[in-house]
Amino acid sequence: MKTNKYVLWGMAKSTLIHVFLMGVALTCLFPIFWMVRCAFMTNETVFVDKAFIPHHLNFGNFAIAWTKGNFGVYFLNSIIYTVCVVGGIVLVSSLAAFSFSRLKFPGKNIIFYLFVAAMMIPLPGSFVALFVLMNKLHLINTRFGYILCMINVGLSMSILLLKTFFDKMPHDLEDAARIDGCSKIGIWWHVALPLARPAIAVIVIFNSLNVWNEYILATLLLGDSQLMPLQRGLMVFQGANSTDYPVLMAGLTMAAIPIIMVYLTMQKHIIKGLSLGEVAG
Amino acid sequence: MNSKAKAAAIYKDNLQNFFFVLPAFVIFCIFYIYPFLNMIFLSFHEWKGIGLMHFIGLQNYKELIGDNLWWDSMVHAGYITLIALTFQNALAFALALACDRQIRMKRFYCMVFFIPPVLSEVVVGLIWNWILNPEMQAGQHIGLLNHLLFSSGLPQMVHNWLGDPKTALTTIAIVHSWKGFGWGFIMLLAGLQTIDKQLYEAAKIDGAGAWQTFINVTIPMMLPVILVVMILTILGSMQVFVLILSMVNEGLVNHTDVPVTRILSSMTGTDRFGYACAEAVIFGMILVCVSFMMKKLSDRVKQI
Repeated sequence: MKTNKYVLWGMAKSTLIHVFLMGVALTCLFPIFWMVRCAFMTNETVFVDKAFIPHHLNFGNFAIAWTKGNFGVYFLNSIIYTVCVVGGIVLVSSLAAFSFSRLKFPGKNIIFYLFVAAMMIPLPGSFVALFVLMNKLHLINTRFGYILCMINVGLSMSILLLKTFFDKMPHDLEDAARIDGCSKIGIWWHVALPLARPAIAVIVIFNSLNVWNEYILATLLLGDSQLMPLQRGLMVFQGANSTDYPVLMAGLTMAAIPIIMVYLTMQKHIIKGLSLGEVAG
Repeated sequence: MNSKAKAAAIYKDNLQNFFFVLPAFVIFCIFYIYPFLNMIFLSFHEWKGIGLMHFIGLQNYKELIGDNLWWDSMVHAGYITLIALTFQNALAFALALACDRQIRMKRFYCMVFFIPPVLSEVVVGLIWNWILNPEMQAGQHIGLLNHLLFSSGLPQMVHNWLGDPKTALTTIAIVHSWKGFGWGFIMLLAGLQTIDKQLYEAAKIDGAGAWQTFINVTIPMMLPVILVVMILTILGSMQVFVLILSMVNEGLVNHTDVPVTRILSSMTGTDRFGYACAEAVIFGMILVCVSFMMKKLSDRVKQI
């Protein structure tokens, strides 16, 4: 009798826990579902039809968003920026981290701690000074200027992460390569980079999320709609067609789905990156 | 001669090694250090973004101290931060505790809770702006929330959530928490999993109940992680603004202003670059002080 009560209490407890977790999980998913659902409605039905699965599915919104809403351009721009910025960050930060970890030169530590300090000091409103700078350099409304700014945003964190990783890496392979007559740059390219693949994966994912989702610099630096990335384009579209919800939702879906897919496939790396970031911070 | 050649070789070696850092260092100097110093420089000037600069000393800072809109915005950000610290982190901790055991679908929960954090603030803001839409058409509430409230027999709850100054900030804070709790959840869960299970068993043998174990084992072991989560929550919530820009779409309204939107509107709205920089400097200093204090606190906790 007594054990029976114990088992019953255990079952009740685990049911309660599942109800709680499931409730929160549904709250997370439902707004996203609602966004996708509304992307399949028309301007007439979206305001009145509140059924979870709408009676008529309308697939035209994505085409309208892609062409008339200019989201095709925004989407490609977002991809260009993400690829260029992340590629740039990986190259520049791995070179620097390799040198900080393995090579010697006077002033090395000072420069390294400058990067660390930059990561620690919050700089709200840095966009004001960046805008002034880009104006001076005549890089407003250029892809190049925006890409350089965004490379800088991810640089400190990536260098720190990679340096921590290189520090833990054994020296054997590099020594072997050096004896075989490999140059420093050769060791970086042929030995260090391939070995650092797990850390680079973390850097790629976090910086991709960051660049894909960036809004404020894109707003201040890119006024030309041919150069805008998705996040900026969404706000422009919403400002111009504030009541065209189905097409807006189609645009939001286009902005959200790729990042969710990347997250779902790369989930392990993200969680690993979080714990690495915690160590670094 | 020999030592000279050696010195030259070392010099060349050092230079080579420095070239590895050079690209990063150049980008860093141009896009971080220079703007950083220029921001402090500009904060002592009156400048419209183009044309002549006037040195006005501490005038911008003096004006800032008496600027009610600025301090109101600070209070708003503080309010959002307070809700994030209590509601969001308590939720994250409760979820982490619930997941820190052998349960079914654990991976599914972990996966789902981190979906809102990977979405952009613009996407989250616009989705919720649509769900919270206050308007009516053909006798129906077009926003989902008001529709649900109305049709589930709570018509008195129907409300213009984002338009009413009384509820706007709370609504924003809750959406901000919705977007942010996944971070805290993942970090706290990782922390919980590092706690030695033998500690729990020792507590059980000593006759401690679930609550006593939680207070005397879990909380002390988790304090360092909790403090890290708190620092990140404070820094993140004080600086939230893209979410607000995308949720409150009829321009910037004073009752949802936060410091960063004030800086933005000083810059783009009234073209006062010097004043915007002064605001940014003061706000940055406040944030540095807060995180420094929290860091001190966490160092002390680690010593115990």
